[in-house]
Amino acid sequence: MSIPLRLTVNGEPRDLILEDPRVTLLDALRERLHLTGSKKGCDRGQCGACTVLVDGRRINACLALAVSLDGAEITTIEGLAARDGGLHPVQAAFIAHDGFQCGFCTPGQIMSAVGLIREGQAGDDPERIREGMSGNLCRCGAYAGILEAVRDASSDMQREEAA
Amino acid sequence: MNRFDYSRAASVAEAVAAAARPGAAYLAAGTNLLDLMKGAVVTPGHLVDITRLPGLDRIEPSGDGGVRIGALVRNSDLAHDRDFARAYPAVAEALLSGASAQLRNAATVGGNLMQRTRCPYFYDTASPCNKRTPGAGCAAIGGATRLHAVAGWSEHCIATHPSDFCVPLAALDAIVEIEGPGGARTVPLADFHLLPGDTPERESVLAPGELIVALRLPPEAAGFSAHARYLKVRDRTSYAFAVVSAAAMLRLDGGRIADGRLALGGLALKPWRVKAAEAALMGRAPGPEVFKEAAEAALAEAKPSGEANAFKVELARRIVVRALTLAAAGTPERLPALPASPFAASSFAPGAAHG
Repeated sequence: MSIPLRLTVNGEPRDLILEDPRVTLLDALRERLHLTGSKKGCDRGQCGACTVLVDGRRINACLALAVSLDGAEITTIEGLAARDGGLHPVQAAFIAHDGFQCGFCTPGQIMSAVGLIREGQAGDDPERIREGMSGNLCRCGAYAGILEAVRDASSDMQREEAA
Repeated sequence: MNRFDYSRAASVAEAVAAAARPGAAYLAAGTNLLDLMKGAVVTPGHLVDITRLPGLDRIEPSGDGGVRIGALVRNSDLAHDRDFARAYPAVAEALLSGASAQLRNAATVGGNLMQRTRCPYFYDTASPCNKRTPGAGCAAIGGATRLHAVAGWSEHCIATHPSDFCVPLAALDAIVEIEGPGGARTVPLADFHLLPGDTPERESVLAPGELIVALRLPPEAAGFSAHARYLKVRDRTSYAFAVVSAAAMLRLDGGRIADGRLALGGLALKPWRVKAAEAALMGRAPGPEVFKEAAEAALAEAKPSGEANAFKVELARRIVVRALTLAAAGTPERLPALPASPFAASSFAPGAAHG
């Protein structure tokens, strides 16, 4: 069984031939397209390290079959910075606020924060941000810095949109 | 994950035809199915992808003045649909108290009804489980049963149904629209899930190949919008299944309860609508004594399935009182930051004063 598949990944059309439908979106990104920024933590939708945007919405890439997403637009951590290397406001805020220690969960945290800010439900309310980020675990316990980073980036991005 | 064949259906008829193969399963978002497949808890030989079925992702008025929700509507889209959330706030609150934002962005309405129990022995393929292998026995009975059923269980299975969404739906008389090899039919949500009895492997009334295409809420369901809450006790503040939960809804008229609805989650293998408790509310003025009577009625037939879960009966009584108290105080203008949480700051004032 060979299954042709087209994904637009970080703005680039990517054609894949899957010999097996079992490939998850996460494995397609990491093993076939060599975009290893999205991490495989639990591989069961519990830790959020694999969070990517699919058609603009954050999901767990480990719990989606790639074949089911044929035609979708995917944004991963590799696609966030500007072409000239300028960091995305959420990336910059994570650095400014020390929103990580070991860094393993960070790509998922950042993609989840980008999704959260786009959803527009949390604003800069700390409790709503914590709730909205509860699908991303950080075993180093950098939550205090993550919260500040998301609040800051959220305000920055809202200001930019208003301008 | 086991090997499987994959096909993508372009129409409901095509999906139903493809699912006629033995060992076939429908795939929507897959947030529960793929997790189970990764653990070899289920091993379907053929996945029929229904995510491209046209027209099943709409929230629309139904002909009779109610609402029709397509089976492929995503949990987050339904919860954040302004009109839906205003008319059915307890449903929105229940949806937002479940899973994580990532999972809610993917998971579908139909899939929520079809999700399997989170009983750890069901997930552990080294443990006997009558759901996985009929007749094998139940490792949960006599095991670690803190989160197991206190109502509706049998000597063959003491698992609970994990859904939050289904709890207010049961209270609101939701209807499930089904299509299958034998044509189309509807089933009340209250009758959709089956208690374990002697056949815990049978979890719903769906016949092989049948597909949920939509949910409907009847017109009177919107009549509770001013006094509707979902309250959920869980082992951590967010992203956890219910230990016990309650959907409480009141329609008040001249200071009296003209109609009341109550359903509980975390108690049984299906959302637990308690009509005896609703009857206890009818015509009464809302207040602590009435709510305690309703709570007694709601749990009158509860029975722990193990020593470790006896606490859930009293916990459920208290959650009923608090959910009714919160409902009587009125649906908040905006959902609390921690949906359904008994620890949300705004919940404390009216809700905490139970005996």
